Amino acid sequence: MLAIGRASFSTCFSGDAMTMIFGIPVQALLGQMLVGLINGSFYAMLSLGLAVIFGLLRIINFAHGALYMFGAFIGYLMLVHLGIGYWPALVLVPLVVGVFGMAVERLALSRLYRLDPLYGLLFTFGLALVIEGVFRFYYGVSGNPYAVPSQLAGGTNLGFMFLPNYRGWVVVASLIVCIGTWLLIEKTRLGSYLRAATENPELVQAFGVNVPLLLTLTYGLGAALAGLAGILAAPVYQVSPLMGSDLIIVVFAVVVVGGMGSILGAIVTGYMLGLAEGLTKVFYPEASNLVVFVIMAIVLLLRPAGLFGRDA
Amino acid sequence: MSEATLHEERTAASVRLERVLIALAILALIAAPFFVYPIFLMKMLCFALFACAFNLLLGYTGLLSFGHATFYGAAAYFCAYAVKDWGWPPEAGILLGTAGAAVLGLVMGFLAIRRQGIYFSMITLALAQMFYFFCVQAPFTEGEDGIQGVPRGHLFGIVDLNVTLNMYFFVLAVFLIGVFAVWRIVNSPFGMILRSIRENENRAISLGYSVGRYKLAAFVMSAALAGLAGATKAIVFQFATLTDVTWQMSGEVILMTLLGGIGTMVGPVVGAGLVVGLENTLATSGFPVTIATGLIFMICVLVFRRGIVGEIYARWLSPGGGRNGA
Repeated sequence: MLAIGRASFSTCFSGDAMTMIFGIPVQALLGQMLVGLINGSFYAMLSLGLAVIFGLLRIINFAHGALYMFGAFIGYLMLVHLGIGYWPALVLVPLVVGVFGMAVERLALSRLYRLDPLYGLLFTFGLALVIEGVFRFYYGVSGNPYAVPSQLAGGTNLGFMFLPNYRGWVVVASLIVCIGTWLLIEKTRLGSYLRAATENPELVQAFGVNVPLLLTLTYGLGAALAGLAGILAAPVYQVSPLMGSDLIIVVFAVVVVGGMGSILGAIVTGYMLGLAEGLTKVFYPEASNLVVFVIMAIVLLLRPAGLFGRDA
Repeated sequence: MSEATLHEERTAASVRLERVLIALAILALIAAPFFVYPIFLMKMLCFALFACAFNLLLGYTGLLSFGHATFYGAAAYFCAYAVKDWGWPPEAGILLGTAGAAVLGLVMGFLAIRRQGIYFSMITLALAQMFYFFCVQAPFTEGEDGIQGVPRGHLFGIVDLNVTLNMYFFVLAVFLIGVFAVWRIVNSPFGMILRSIRENENRAISLGYSVGRYKLAAFVMSAALAGLAGATKAIVFQFATLTDVTWQMSGEVILMTLLGGIGTMVGPVVGAGLVVGLENTLATSGFPVTIATGLIFMICVLVFRRGIVGEIYARWLSPGGGRNGA
């Protein structure tokens, strides 16, 4: 034991100093942390949308992963069939997915508010199956590559690691989206209506606020966030009909850990669990799929209401 | 779920009618393998027991588990492994699968009952996904191939299960025992407490019941019975694969229960028959099963929340008759 310890100690200080941490090359460590941060960005954006929808509608949107996939696919199809590039898609995709979400809310979800919230979960589960099934039927299960926009191609050498520009952009963009949504809800008049309606919809309605419209807009906003996450993800992951369904379950675990009481909590938990996953990939790759769920189980044992949660 | 399940006060006539129908149904199941493809019937019976076990939790305790595939699939793995690699007889394999599912149910239930309502469902889903990833990596599940070529063997060392009819009547017996167990649990004092938790958890707490323990007990029983179904399935089809532990499988059992009627004894059986039949039909038509499943989910939730059997009870067999239906 001592000999091994000394050997690693000496390699640490001979030659390339500072390139190993706990016997792991710094490059690999930072690389996986970046991957973790990217995943965390998507966890954060999706759990944020789930929290916004749940806050007002009391519905867990199982279709969130499907809407994310829907967004990525619309972006891909617009590029292939209409020649609409990444930057216009960044605006158009959330609009399309948002309008689709509003239509779903008007036609179906609005009929479920008086019922047990579990019916909302079951309905959106069915919706997710249909959306996924349609894309699977027409496009198969294989992934379709979406090219990184030319402005963000290539990478930057940060001295300690090589950062692909697009990945840096995803992290920045997701931070902007998360902070923007947080500001919208906490600091604007519309956001104050939304928060008030979360607390007491009847009273807000009595003050002359159109609560049903607010519900529709909220679901639309949540859907648009999922669509935006989808188009941001398209150049990172392959665009495939299955990209949403596995992700949504991890995001559910994120939501359980963070608790849905706070928007900020959802965002912070998303990034933290993404990083935890990235780090696990370095030290114990076999467990990287499991780590988010293990953290969820530990949080449930120690703090059942979630890290930021008020128990619902 | 209370809105869909409030049809327990029934007339004496409806109870008598129900008994006659159940007797007829059992006779039909005994005669069925002589007319219908037995493998299809056995698949249906396994799923029907699975759905009944699930309904014990959703319909009578009000807990929506999105992770029941874990118990079904895990029991299939345990049973298949014990029978194939250790050479255990089929009945021992099935008992091992059932016990294993109960242990997993204890662990998952212990974690999940710490939160209520929608969180409970999300936790069960997440833990089931964790178990799925575990199965993908664990060596004993043989990965993508699954455990194949499980021998059916001889039941109690005497009855040769390779004979299709023997196998069928064994599955039918397991199914009837399982459903009878659900019926006994639901109609026992214990079952009444479960219903009171479903209707009003806070009131049950204030009456002095330790609700958590009752929920956990119901969860373990439901898991064990789901395991019984899964282990039996492994013997019938002679394999255990990853398909049985996916979240799609958890969704399927929810669909069967919802379609047939949440909180009815017969509903899940009817639902399982319809879903398995539909899947068999669609398999040859080329129309994707996921789309059909998703559409049925949406339609059921929007217009048909009591399910088929639940609607029949509400319209024709409840004291109010058709007046307060729909």
